[in-house]
Amino acid sequence: MKPKHQRLFLALIAVVALGGAGLIAASALREEASYFYTPTTLAAANVEPGKAIRLGGMVQKGSIVRGGDGVSITFIVQDQERSQKVAYRGITPDLFVEGSGVVADGHLRPDRVFVAESLLAKHDENYVPKELADIDINAAAYTKDTLAP
Amino acid sequence: MHRFANPARFLRIAKPLTPALFWPGLLLTLMACIWGLFFIPTERLMGDTVKILFVHVPAAWLGMGGWTGIAIASIVQLVWRHPLAGVAARAIAVPGATFAAICLITGSIWGRPTWGTWWVWDGRLTSMLVLFFLYLGYIALSNASSEKGDTSRVAAVFGVIGAVNIPIINRSVIWWESQHQRASITLGGSSIDSAYLAPLFVAVAGFSLLFGALVLMRMRAALAAMRIEARMRRMAQG
Repeated sequence: MKPKHQRLFLALIAVVALGGAGLIAASALREEASYFYTPTTLAAANVEPGKAIRLGGMVQKGSIVRGGDGVSITFIVQDQERSQKVAYRGITPDLFVEGSGVVADGHLRPDRVFVAESLLAKHDENYVPKELADIDINAAAYTKDTLAP
Repeated sequence: MHRFANPARFLRIAKPLTPALFWPGLLLTLMACIWGLFFIPTERLMGDTVKILFVHVPAAWLGMGGWTGIAIASIVQLVWRHPLAGVAARAIAVPGATFAAICLITGSIWGRPTWGTWWVWDGRLTSMLVLFFLYLGYIALSNASSEKGDTSRVAAVFGVIGAVNIPIINRSVIWWESQHQRASITLGGSSIDSAYLAPLFVAVAGFSLLFGALVLMRMRAALAAMRIEARMRRMAQG
């Protein structure tokens, strides 16, 4: 390979890498714009059963019920006004606990129960050892919000 | 600054500095690994997966710090025509790309059990992936010049332009708050318990020293290659 061709080849790789980076960024921004229903908007939207949708909200305290088979689980997602029952089969993320935020991909069953195919849980910026958490999960010393103005 | 423009003078300093960075770096890294693996409490929600913190965070820091270094060296090369700046920028690229990749891989492994997914097109994750691709682009561009050690100006321009991504990565968790949590360590303080914070600082220090040693080794190797090339050319002419 002539040096000139080698330069051309490497320059092409650079262009492709940059183009890929740009494309991925663009697609990410599109994905960001994608919509998820909250229990309130879902109730108002009259979505037909079976249509793939995304549901987001908080896991209601005391609503998590684990099935006898060890992988089935039902819980209630709520926002300020309404709640929505969700059924899921699979391993739940570590950060999926009562009171945590959750985003679920899935569809509505005819009986209006939301069947989740995947669950996404979110972490906050706090890292707390287990022993300390037992004292008080929301101890002021561990939340950044108390430090921020 | 041009005091170090003379490669011979630079090499006189770089030669003892390399082991002075490498050995403490290795020691601190090993210490952080052992500390982080065996002597930290389990986290309240994440349990033992919190241990990934001690690799993920230093890797992210060096991935971003590496490009910042490339950008600064590129500006020095473009503005002051400093002969070693281009060599330094090129020496940073491969270690920087490696750490960016480590950050992405460990983040993905961490995301699966904690978030419930290997990957989401979240602002932080995407901008970090873009950084990795920028590194690949930079490496390809800087290798596109025909002569060994020839520091191309195009690569330097690219290094400066690519720096735009660094503040984007930093702000991404605030601008597009979706999956990745916000910064735990800010100027206002830290929301990481001291049981994790102390080994994390050791890990960051250790990884950073190793990074510095790697960059110096690569700079010395590049300068040696340039010298060989120059000698070969003289012999061919002679």
